[in-house]
Amino acid sequence: MRVFRDAGHLFRLAGLFAVGTLSFFIIRAFLVPRSFGEYGHYRGAAISEIAAHPIRFAGHQTCETCHTDVAQTKNSGKHAQVNCEACHGPLAKHADDPSIDPGKPDTAVLCVRCHAASAAKPKGFPQVDADQHSNGLPCQTCHQPHNPAIAAGGAK
Amino acid sequence: MPGVEGFMYPNEVSLYWSVLIVLYPFITGLVAGAFILASLARIFRVEAVKPTYRLALLTALAFLIVAPLPLQLHLGHPERSYEMYLTPHRSSAMAMFGFVYLWYLMAVLVVEIWLDFRADIVALSQSTTGWRRWMYLAMTLGSANVSPRALAIDERVGWLVTLIGVPSAFLLHGYVGFIFGSIKANPWWSSPLMPVVFIFSAMVSGIAAVMLLYMATTRLRRKLIDMRCVDTIAMYLFYIFIIDFSLEMLDLIHRIYEADESFRSLDFMVHTRLYFSQIVLQIFIGTLTPLVLLFLTQVMKLHEVVRKRIYAVAGSLALIGIFAMRWNVVIGGQLFSKSFLGYTTYKMALATREGLLVAIALTLLPLLILAVLVKILPPWPDAEHASIREAV
Amino acid sequence: MTLTRRQLLILLPAAAVAWESLLAGTPEASPNYTMTEHWWSMLIDIPKCIGCGNCVRACQAENDVPDGFFRTWVERYHVDDWHLANPQVISPDGGKEGFPVAKEDEGKYFFVPKLCNQCADSPCTQVCPVGATFIAPDGVVLVDQKYCLGCAYCVQACPYGCRYIHPEKKVADKCTLCYHRITKGLTTACCEACPTGARQLADLKNPNDPIHAFLKTHSVQVLKPQMATGAKVFYNALDGSVR
Repeated sequence: MRVFRDAGHLFRLAGLFAVGTLSFFIIRAFLVPRSFGEYGHYRGAAISEIAAHPIRFAGHQTCETCHTDVAQTKNSGKHAQVNCEACHGPLAKHADDPSIDPGKPDTAVLCVRCHAASAAKPKGFPQVDADQHSNGLPCQTCHQPHNPAIAAGGAK
Repeated sequence: MPGVEGFMYPNEVSLYWSVLIVLYPFITGLVAGAFILASLARIFRVEAVKPTYRLALLTALAFLIVAPLPLQLHLGHPERSYEMYLTPHRSSAMAMFGFVYLWYLMAVLVVEIWLDFRADIVALSQSTTGWRRWMYLAMTLGSANVSPRALAIDERVGWLVTLIGVPSAFLLHGYVGFIFGSIKANPWWSSPLMPVVFIFSAMVSGIAAVMLLYMATTRLRRKLIDMRCVDTIAMYLFYIFIIDFSLEMLDLIHRIYEADESFRSLDFMVHTRLYFSQIVLQIFIGTLTPLVLLFLTQVMKLHEVVRKRIYAVAGSLALIGIFAMRWNVVIGGQLFSKSFLGYTTYKMALATREGLLVAIALTLLPLLILAVLVKILPPWPDAEHASIREAV
Repeated sequence: MTLTRRQLLILLPAAAVAWESLLAGTPEASPNYTMTEHWWSMLIDIPKCIGCGNCVRACQAENDVPDGFFRTWVERYHVDDWHLANPQVISPDGGKEGFPVAKEDEGKYFFVPKLCNQCADSPCTQVCPVGATFIAPDGVVLVDQKYCLGCAYCVQACPYGCRYIHPEKKVADKCTLCYHRITKGLTTACCEACPTGARQLADLKNPNDPIHAFLKTHSVQVLKPQMATGAKVFYNALDGSVR
């Protein structure tokens, strides 16, 4: 038919497009990750990859498995709610291998962060003017950090 | 913090979208605008602008080829960008845009250029030698049929492609506007007007660009500028510019009147950090001045030389103004904090992947590509390789 | 330590085994964790926050957060009398080293810890072009950093400013609600480190979770409710001045 003869170039163009589209779908089948779409429009395997991130903070329950005496001291005082690693920092390495010595935190920096008096802090929260309160003495001179009330334990 | 005034959310201090993301809507806008000018000739039968028809198409192609480059240079992982075609997230305007771009490039622009130039391509495949011959032969797709019937079919199909091309061009740049306009987190961007403003400013920039290119290339080729052509183009430029300006003023007036929670912060930003680029560059130099100049040419009888000078100045200022608009949208949208309590600064680097030098290079690259394209497919209405059929 | 050597010999292996089982396994592989049984959220008690910055430091340590960017941060507000629309807000280095001492004046001060709100209708997952960020079946919004292009569209779309592009990895990054911890029965690093209990991880699908009783008896807000993001971080006593 004449129209096909004169429109031959258009059919070639259409053919080119068809080949291109087909190649796209074939390539796509190879390149899309296997787990994509498993739970939604994302790579399902990503969830377990993210969940496998290394843990740095052991969590207070792990600390208390061994350090039961400290846990007892703490639970009867004002710092009962303060978790071990809130002051001692990330201790997963130590929990993994207890021979690793995590070192003691520097109370001069640590205690002040929470307890330095500021109009910005909640009124009921225990806070002192660090310079005037102890005349430069370190906090642990009078306060045992695990149970800070002076009547309870006094100095270490 | 240096460069920060007031309070910003800590992660907001550095800008994530750089001058390259300003360049991208500017370039796609030129594409859409150039194509609309071409469609004026083909669909709306405005005979006067026919001399620029082919040039407009090649201009659109040159800019469209460059358009993905600023995006690629901006991505943290450009080697993964193919993922947008593999697993496009249908709720994402950016993902859908990948397909709109592909559609526009392949199904509209390339097909239309091919159909319009086909007779020339066939002729050139027979008259040239060496590697050029192979290049043209490949472009013929193996068909040398340039009979009147075949060409008539080309004409019909080409007309259909242009017809589809008009809404496709609107979609191309409207989508870019939607990419910004659909972000509810950013009150500077979030607006249903955004796609519309982008489309009209795109038309202004594209038409101005083709007008300037036509005048420049005609001068370079030492030929006579068709005044009826540029006068008509300038007229369309003028009216579309008025629509564009009205839309932007509507947005501004609406913001000032409603004065919602973001207003005070945005107002302060426009008066301080964005003052030069918004008030001076975009509004006064880039919009009002060219509008006044074009207005003069519409109401007064001016000498041809004066008109040409005015068109050159107005066209250039319009391009600067539209670039400034993109800058103000993209950069402006990141200069203020979403807490509405502070501002940061954009520190544009010079020689990095997203720096000023790269931006300048990407602006010049389309012109280089265009220079190559006009050598391969001469679009000149008075060209010697005019072709077997009537000169366009 | 007051443990006897005998007690230690018994306890240590038990602790080690418990610790190992905690570390081993992925959510699907671990028989203890089924994603669809959980819907994670967080409760932040504003009156309890003292702005110590423990949470910011702990998050950085747990998740290798790069300097200058924050998965969580604390803001300090100062509201002068009735001028709710003009608070003075500071967040020096995200509150990482706490805040400067404030002087008593006419206004009021309070701290607001912020993090990813794990939105149920998150605008960030909506705009991701490739599906690199998503909400997991247990309600945590995560980023697949092997798939992310680093286009930063999600960063622009988040109304809360909780996302950023990691300066080295060049992908989107944000709070993951310590997904690697909560799927193993631990709490998040920020909650673990908070000395006052101002931050509490909550599982909305758990009928015994204390958050249910709390929500019933307290006045609770989310950030930017007008954005309708389905935010799942709930704030107790959030002042109207908070942005």
